[in-house]
Amino acid sequence: MNMKYISEYRNAGVVKKLLAEIEATVTRAWMLMEVCGGQTHSLVKNGILNMLPDKITMVHGPGCPVCVTPKSMIDQAVALALRQDVIMCSFGDMVRVPGSSKSLMQARSEGGNLRVVYSPLDAIKIARENPDKEVIFFAVGFETTAPANALAVLQAAKLNLNNFSVLVSHVLVPPAMEAILSDEFNTINGFLGAGHVCSVMGLHEYYPLAEKYKIPIVVTGFEPVDLLEGILMAVRQLEAGIATVENQYARVVRNTGNLQAQAVIQEVFKVADREWRGIGVIPQSGYKVREKYQLFDAEHKFSETKNIKVQELDAGCIAGEILRGIKKPVQCPHFGKGCTPLNPLGAPMVSSEGACAAYFHFSQAYETTS
Amino acid sequence: MEKTTERFTIAHGSGGELTNQLLESETFEILQNEYLQKKHDGAVFELSGKLAFTTDSYVVSPLFFPGGNIGDLAVNGTVNDLAMCGARAKYLSLSFILEEGFSIDEFHTILLSIRKAADKADVLIVTGDTKVVERGKGDKIFINTSGIGQVHPNANIDAANIEIGDKILISGPVASHGMAIMSVREGLEFESQIRSDTASVQEQVMTLLDEFGQDIHFLRDPTRGGVATVLNEIARQMHLGISVDERKIPVREQVRSACEMLGIDPLYVANEGTFLVWVKAEASEMALEKLQAVLPTGQQAAVIGSVVAEHPGQVIIRTEIGGRRVVAMPSGEQLPRIC
Repeated sequence: MNMKYISEYRNAGVVKKLLAEIEATVTRAWMLMEVCGGQTHSLVKNGILNMLPDKITMVHGPGCPVCVTPKSMIDQAVALALRQDVIMCSFGDMVRVPGSSKSLMQARSEGGNLRVVYSPLDAIKIARENPDKEVIFFAVGFETTAPANALAVLQAAKLNLNNFSVLVSHVLVPPAMEAILSDEFNTINGFLGAGHVCSVMGLHEYYPLAEKYKIPIVVTGFEPVDLLEGILMAVRQLEAGIATVENQYARVVRNTGNLQAQAVIQEVFKVADREWRGIGVIPQSGYKVREKYQLFDAEHKFSETKNIKVQELDAGCIAGEILRGIKKPVQCPHFGKGCTPLNPLGAPMVSSEGACAAYFHFSQAYETTS
Repeated sequence: MEKTTERFTIAHGSGGELTNQLLESETFEILQNEYLQKKHDGAVFELSGKLAFTTDSYVVSPLFFPGGNIGDLAVNGTVNDLAMCGARAKYLSLSFILEEGFSIDEFHTILLSIRKAADKADVLIVTGDTKVVERGKGDKIFINTSGIGQVHPNANIDAANIEIGDKILISGPVASHGMAIMSVREGLEFESQIRSDTASVQEQVMTLLDEFGQDIHFLRDPTRGGVATVLNEIARQMHLGISVDERKIPVREQVRSACEMLGIDPLYVANEGTFLVWVKAEASEMALEKLQAVLPTGQQAAVIGSVVAEHPGQVIIRTEIGGRRVVAMPSGEQLPRIC
């Protein structure tokens, strides 16, 4: 990775100029939501929230895959991981998220076979090396991770791997944005769209949303300069009374997205209703493995684990309101008290991209003492 | 010694013939010195003045990593803990817990590294123990070392000496050890190999104490949990504020790239040959020059922050872009992000 390419977007001088420009543009109070958890993380980690003019309030969106994966899916993953004949593979930050009774990490301490992997293709490799075990990859995430996960299924099919399957909990960004916008309590004036999601899917899904809800959507990157440019573009639209889709992240996002990646997704997955943790079921808001590939679908292969009883509510956790931008983490009575990253009540306190964990790690203490 | 495919059996730890053979041919042969030669239950020696005493256990996986192995780590770690007390390491104990089936060849390699690291730090291994546990009851090899060191006459290292205005120095680039381990453990292949920084820091510390004595208020090596954890521990314990400048924290280029890729903050990653110094402000520039003169890691030594009256108990970092945020105590291990 070339760090020079990144440091350009972390230039203190450019940041200062952009902040001054935002200050000069904004005349009224606006509430913007950054959709993606990576953006939340960057805003907080770089201290940007404290640098913005008071008139601009950032609320943090549902784009943290770990946060929105429902308990029922984690319970399924835990039940599968505890089987003697299974090796469960997962991305790192998924393993600490609590299900109804335990997380994957706790399942491992009870003898479950869990491997943290960086790519679903690592799981394929593990499956080839362990022909006597069923290797299951916990395929979570938004449109960003879907192509690689779909590719793993195609690869497994090509290799005739009959001991590999994916436990799919893929969710989609635009339906979640629509769910937030159609909520009667919605107060959001503009969106910073999720840059990496759009690099796969393109912009076309966002035009109808911008038009229907009269809301600016600026597809934005993740570095400080990206975020401030995105904020500036959204504020300019709002101040001018415009509501359209713009692309701040053009160095990565093409209007059409990545057509090849879309084709791979299309081949393996179909759009289906999905449950979101803290929000509930959103129609047509996720992916499911197509029947054609059901031999690689862990839910099909191990259908008995589907009917585990789930205790639905996280005791006292207001994740739903956090993920819809209605409340900020510090407004939760449990924040930093009964709920910390070591003992999370709900998922947004687990992942570094979860709004609660981001606040806990980077800003909560500072805000309360200054 | 010739390459061997031999492996440890329970008998190697039973105290009988095999134990003796192993001690003769391996441990004593490689580590030999007058104290070990006596083959007694303990070592007898004379020391006078102020002494420091410490112990640590080493359970790293993988055992071998770019830049070192569990052997150097076990010597350097304990030598460094003594150095953090302002002491020069004199004598070490060395205990092994070996798992049945562990390769004697690998054991040999580890012993050689132990010898080399001990020589480098000018410390003698004077007593030890070897136990073998059944397969599955250990993880190849665990090492414990304890050490006794002689405190430098100028040293007065105590967190209670830390004052508002003190500068905080780091002796070299951070996060190399943790990222070296992670890249091997997770099978990540980066363009250039990341090497652990495992090394004794004793000489650097002694040089600082020779020159600046009482102006060196406190020392700590940021091993597990990294710089962020140490700074938080001190801020909390002494109820002082700590302010850090993100731009000043040295990180090797390839380490930074790896951290960036995995979404890991280098401030939370382990180091094994790097230390933090709390030094009186007036002496800080000269102390920095001294550290920078120690090659190869010293070049990147830096003043990374200071002790402040504001926000007691908290570490606040000035970010690359000029923002401010709290550096929190980490919770559990750092896990790579999904996207």
